[in-house]
Amino acid sequence: MNFIEAIAEYEFLQKALLTSAMVGIICGVIGCFIILRGMALMGDAISHAVLPGVAVSYMLGIPFFVGAVISGVATALCIGFISQNSRIKQDISIGIMFTAAFAFGIILITFMKSSTDLYHILFGNVLAVRASDMWTTLFIGLIVLLAVFLFYKELLVSSFDRTMAQAYGLPVKWIHYFLMTLLTMVTVASLQTVGIVLVVAMLITPAATAYLMTDRLWVMLYVSALLGVTASVVGLYISFTYNLASGAAIVLVSTILFLLAFFFSPKQGIIWRTRRAKQKLLVNK
Amino acid sequence: MKPAIEISQLNVSYFGSKAIQQVSLSIDAGRLVGIIGPNGAGKSTLLKALLQLIPRESGSVAFHGKSFNEMKTSIAYVPQRSEIDWDFPITVFDTVLIGTYPKLGFFKKPGKKEKEWARACLKKVGMEKYSDRQIGELSGGQQQRVFLARAFAQKADILFFDEPFAGVDMASEAVMIRLLKDLAKQGKTIFVVHHDLSKANEYFDQLVLLNKTVLSFGDAKSVCRKEILQSAYKDPFSFLEQQEVNG
Repeated sequence: MNFIEAIAEYEFLQKALLTSAMVGIICGVIGCFIILRGMALMGDAISHAVLPGVAVSYMLGIPFFVGAVISGVATALCIGFISQNSRIKQDISIGIMFTAAFAFGIILITFMKSSTDLYHILFGNVLAVRASDMWTTLFIGLIVLLAVFLFYKELLVSSFDRTMAQAYGLPVKWIHYFLMTLLTMVTVASLQTVGIVLVVAMLITPAATAYLMTDRLWVMLYVSALLGVTASVVGLYISFTYNLASGAAIVLVSTILFLLAFFFSPKQGIIWRTRRAKQKLLVNK
Repeated sequence: MKPAIEISQLNVSYFGSKAIQQVSLSIDAGRLVGIIGPNGAGKSTLLKALLQLIPRESGSVAFHGKSFNEMKTSIAYVPQRSEIDWDFPITVFDTVLIGTYPKLGFFKKPGKKEKEWARACLKKVGMEKYSDRQIGELSGGQQQRVFLARAFAQKADILFFDEPFAGVDMASEAVMIRLLKDLAKQGKTIFVVHHDLSKANEYFDQLVLLNKTVLSFGDAKSVCRKEILQSAYKDPFSFLEQQEVNG
């Protein structure tokens, strides 16, 4: 049975496809702002930091995105607090706090009944997505996209020229924490598809690929979302066909797309760049 | 009429050391004012403190008799070149369009009116041909002209520039200073951090000579006298060199 027939046949695969497509879109969109603000490390940190929140939510039986947002944002606040109130630089502060949160999360999860839960949270298992998970992801996805649509202007100016944004009275600090909140929500939505450990790849790789392909932010958002969806769907196909871990398959597809852009992008790809440089040399001679 | 910028007894500390001490200035509307002084004199710090980008220790600042918060959408600021990410995926036109954001407020997107206005501003600085270029592809002078256009687009009454002529070619510098003079004639107040002493007296109506505190303030010609400048630039050789190179 091929992939297309299987999708028509099995409901679990339809859910997996829909969920991972949404994850591809929102990771792609939020990822653009993450890389343009130089916050790739922060993205990695926050995605790991949701773990204790997820564990506590499991124990209390509340929707796990509540706990995740709380622990993600709390970690972001701690990181900011430490770097602003000591000589510790932000990257160091990130390294300390997210590993602490992550370690705490692992301890909490060992108190829970099975270790397969931990494995699935860390590495994702998109084929086991339940209907309720799918709806959570779609709901989070819509909120994130709506937020980016509504605050596009503010996100653009505060990412591009923070000083000007601050000078005309935008609350740049709040925008930062707002983005951190969106980031945690995206992480939660991605838990089942790619898992905590690899979310950062979904955030950064499609956005970086798009960054090599365009000079306009709004185009970058669309291209990044499209690349995210492509990676998700192709990755899911590979995962299903060859019985491989879904998260890892999706991430590697995404990496291949990045490498294609890195070499062949018309403007930034290194092949055309060296060619242009050579042509220039010839002209000068 | 109230002065456009009224600073009294301003003190600013930066990481424990005093960066600005007891600065008091009163600047009338319609003036083009240069701030000069040696490296580390606190020129940029003064600008940032006025715009509340860094906290003030004591003292007060008023713009047309009002607080910064009441006036912030009527104030434009162009940061130093080094503060901009020139690889950012944004075109020349969209950079200028950002100038219309402060007056739009939240949730409103720039429409036809704003776009036409941004285009007009771009034309004013002679950069309309480059509308669709990514900003990093321009020369230093062209980049500064684009940021000048963005400041125009803000329709501000008071404009602040931090080293606008750094890394700028002669032709762009001439265009920019002409446009700034025109703006001042229309009654706008312009405050410019400036590095190069040689043309300071031609460019500005008034000069502030700063070295943590105001050493001299007045007509450009009166501030630009040797003995006054020497009091700020303590190392006489560096001062002389600068004069020879530029003069």
